[in-house]
Amino acid sequence: MSPVLEIRDLSVDYGKLRAVHNVSLTLNKGEVLGLAGESGSGKSTLAYAATRLLQPPGHVPSGEVFFKGKDLLSLSDKELQVLRWSEISIVFQGAMNALNPVISVATQLDDVLRTHRPQMKRPERTARARELLGLVGIPADRLGAYPHQLSGGMRQRVMIAMALALEPEIVIMDEPTTALDVVVQRQILGQMMRLRETLGFSVIFITHDISLLVEFSDRIAIMYGGRVVEEAPAGEIYRAAKHPYSKGLLGSFPALRGPRRELKGIPGSPPDLRSMPSGCPFHPRCPSAMDVCGERVPSLENVEETRRVACWLEGVHV
Amino acid sequence: MTFLLRRAVFYLVTLWAAITANFLLPRLLPGDPVQAMITKLGGRLNSDAMASLYILFGLDDNKSIWQQYVDYWGSLLQGDLGLSFTFFPTPVADVLSQSLPWTLGLVGVTTVIAFVLGTLLGVYAGWKRGSWMDNLIPMTTFLSSIPYFWLGLIAISLFSVTWPLFPASGGYAPGLVPEFSGEFIGSVLEHAVLPGITIVISSVAGWILGMRNMMVTVTAEDYVLVARAKGLTQKRIMFAYAARNAVLPSISGFALSLGFIVGGALLVEMVFSYPGLGYVLFQGIGAKDYPLMQGVFLVITLAVLVANLLADIGYLLLDPRTRREG
Repeated sequence: MSPVLEIRDLSVDYGKLRAVHNVSLTLNKGEVLGLAGESGSGKSTLAYAATRLLQPPGHVPSGEVFFKGKDLLSLSDKELQVLRWSEISIVFQGAMNALNPVISVATQLDDVLRTHRPQMKRPERTARARELLGLVGIPADRLGAYPHQLSGGMRQRVMIAMALALEPEIVIMDEPTTALDVVVQRQILGQMMRLRETLGFSVIFITHDISLLVEFSDRIAIMYGGRVVEEAPAGEIYRAAKHPYSKGLLGSFPALRGPRRELKGIPGSPPDLRSMPSGCPFHPRCPSAMDVCGERVPSLENVEETRRVACWLEGVHV
Repeated sequence: MTFLLRRAVFYLVTLWAAITANFLLPRLLPGDPVQAMITKLGGRLNSDAMASLYILFGLDDNKSIWQQYVDYWGSLLQGDLGLSFTFFPTPVADVLSQSLPWTLGLVGVTTVIAFVLGTLLGVYAGWKRGSWMDNLIPMTTFLSSIPYFWLGLIAISLFSVTWPLFPASGGYAPGLVPEFSGEFIGSVLEHAVLPGITIVISSVAGWILGMRNMMVTVTAEDYVLVARAKGLTQKRIMFAYAARNAVLPSISGFALSLGFIVGGALLVEMVFSYPGLGYVLFQGIGAKDYPLMQGVFLVITLAVLVANLLADIGYLLLDPRTRREG
């Protein structure tokens, strides 16, 4: 498997507060990489920083993001603009506001084609827009509709159609189905995965809903307090999560498949950026915290061939 | 369609109410125009002349208020607004048709300029938030907080007294005949500079501030982030995704300010003795000139209604969410 996107030692600050600490992640070709974590764990921030969409006061003090041999963080604005959407597109969270309410769906789709494919003529672009809507199962006559005339599910489908308009290499899905009901969620994600098989793009799937990740992604990275605490193939995480936080997260969602089990929450609440606990950020909520946990941050180490964990319970730290 | 029909009915009812109020209000004012006229003419009127004046003005006592109201509507529909006392015996309709173009030309054009200029500056200030553009806001707000008559007097004292660059009063040089000639138009433009610039200075800040703040709000919306992620050009994002949405509240403000052009012209035209509707109204109020006041108020009412209609239509065009299907 060849990597398409490599995030190396990426840190993100909001003003003086560090939101993401030295995260390294690799997205392989054709793979669905899940990013899970509670609100404020830095998962969306990581994705926006990697694509240089972070708004001030957010900024990236260190790190590299390699895509096709180029560091996205050091591209010129012009190069970046060309690369955006044609190589990396994003399906944003809650399609409620991701579509401009006063511009028709047709124009918003057309904008992408007109900017990135200037050689396309108007009839070609219209044909492409109709084709794209067909791809996500929306009748082509809804092309002239405005966002408020569509249901939440349809808006999200339009967003997906838009994300696929230029056949990008990578699609980042940031909480793509959070505002939708469970049935529509699964329809849309199922459709997305079928499209992935035919079109062959890679996906970074960001959600707090780990049960969706277990079902739809190949590999899962779990984030907590701005750090990746565990990363492993989806099946392995589901069967035997190693990090206490991963276990807690898995225990707090009902599994849609597999044996029935009791639901448990994680006591306490996610850490505040302004007052991060010393040592491992999870230790105040961790059921198996030890003395060392409050003193030093465990680094993310390979504990198995395909699994990395940042926890003092794993014996590889010296 | 039903929506437009409902709006049309609404406007008709409003128009009726406004015209009726217009009829009643001057009659509630204390005082009597004939008395004012007598005072004006220094008491050189005999009782017969006074009686005929009362009849001429339609103020003879034997008419009930209801009869007056019916007559008022009858004349109004014929375009007859009565005779002006101030410019006796010129019909009010003539006074209005002579002064309205001046007001529309000066205040109308400057209102549009102030709106366009202020909105554009606001778009840039909001887009480049935190840059030097932000200094524009306190500066223009300071200028707009100066009372208008004071700003106008300062402009006159500086630019027509200390440095006599522009004329201080009037709509065109005395002695010129209003006609379509280069000399006359040049004179009109020259006379419009000081009042025009002071109007723009005193009103542009509101547009800048409103637009900048809406831009800041809208720029934080998801769809602007999406537009950036789509790799659109900065210009396209700024105008089609941010300013397009941010301008909506300003549009209704603009339509309202169009409606207040006529009424708002009062101060400007007093300071610069500009031959527009505001100056006429000022003179009319001084002379208890009911027909003239009624005429001016009628024009103001119509202007506000038309402006509201424009705002409705503008919103329908710009914001699809206000369109009702069916």
